[in-house]
Amino acid sequence: MEFNSNKSIYLQICDAICEQILSGRLRPDERIPSVREYGAEIGVNPNTIMRSYEKLTADGIIYNKRGIGYFISPDAKETVLAAQRKEFMEEELPQILRRMKLLDIDPSVLAG
Amino acid sequence: MITIKDLGFTYGETGGLRSISLNKEKGHMVPTEKFVLKNITMNLEEGRIYGLLGENGVGKTTLLTLLCGLKKPQMGTISADGRNPYDREPSLLSEQYYLSDEVPPMNMKAVDYAKNYGKFWEGFDMDKFIEVMGVFENDPQQKMTHMSFGQLKKTYISFALACNPKYLFMDEPTNGLDIPSKAQFRKAMTKYTREDSVILISTHQVRDLENIIDPIIILDRQDVLLNATLEEISEKLYFDYSSEKIEDALYSEMIPGGNIQVSLNQNGEDSKVNIEALFNTVHQHKELIKGIFNK
Repeated sequence: MEFNSNKSIYLQICDAICEQILSGRLRPDERIPSVREYGAEIGVNPNTIMRSYEKLTADGIIYNKRGIGYFISPDAKETVLAAQRKEFMEEELPQILRRMKLLDIDPSVLAG
Repeated sequence: MITIKDLGFTYGETGGLRSISLNKEKGHMVPTEKFVLKNITMNLEEGRIYGLLGENGVGKTTLLTLLCGLKKPQMGTISADGRNPYDREPSLLSEQYYLSDEVPPMNMKAVDYAKNYGKFWEGFDMDKFIEVMGVFENDPQQKMTHMSFGQLKKTYISFALACNPKYLFMDEPTNGLDIPSKAQFRKAMTKYTREDSVILISTHQVRDLENIIDPIIILDRQDVLLNATLEEISEKLYFDYSSEKIEDALYSEMIPGGNIQVSLNQNGEDSKVNIEALFNTVHQHKELIKGIFNK
């Protein structure tokens, strides 16, 4: 995996998993690789993967079956969608609007 | 866990190298002890891959050789789960591996070397040796004397991992590796190591090992400047990659497309730790860094 953005690695891993949930590549109740398997696959310290999995668990996107592994939550897609919509409206859109203002682009062009 | 307490070491005939320096108050030459390592205290926990960083000559290799029992601590103690490495008990030796920076070419095939020497390690696994050699695209049937430096290094890395050591110490393991091997090395360090192992890797090639080393230990002359996980580092320091100038940045460096600026993390924001920038920040603000991380 290539890590480029300025976000910390554990959050980038969260994003990658969320993206796969949105695209349908990861299905509800599907098992995801163990912390060590995933670490080996992408060449990242298992502790970093653990941190990603802990965050995704806390956010209700994956769940842990003790001794078996981590699975995608049944309603993961809705959870990710809701969170990313909120992030878009609250953070990304204001940035786009600021940039449009700077470049003197009339927001009405978006209404198309 | 490896517990290091008040560890000190100096090179010299009597265990304390005395060099002569001018004592300004007394106005004549007096001998002074020159310690490579002094008052080193830290714990190395299981399940972690520590990155040991430090400028040339700060004692990284000395520390590694002390940890594996090749040298005797002149001050303080080292305990590998209750055992002193310098006692060189076979039970401990069979659970540890030290991969030095320079590795000897033996006059035999790699596979024969593994067969002959693997016996000394309790957990040695021949299949694993062949598998890791395969990952590195190294031929186990090749004579070690006929290998290039990089191939030889990969043979020893494969051997080290095949020994399944609980304590693994590596001195500049990515030196001499070609570009594809560096990624393979990072993956192998997760895939082929024991879950409960204590791993310490010294390196200058932080980019080779980025994302794999965590926690980070920064060694300075005689002192540990930092021993912290990436999580702790990103809690306390903020790494900014934008083009806007930060007034109270501790460190700033121009990169294509902007700056890397390091400042105290006052807003609790998360950022990606850049190890090179971290190293330079720590070096420019030694006391400040020690203060904020040792709370």
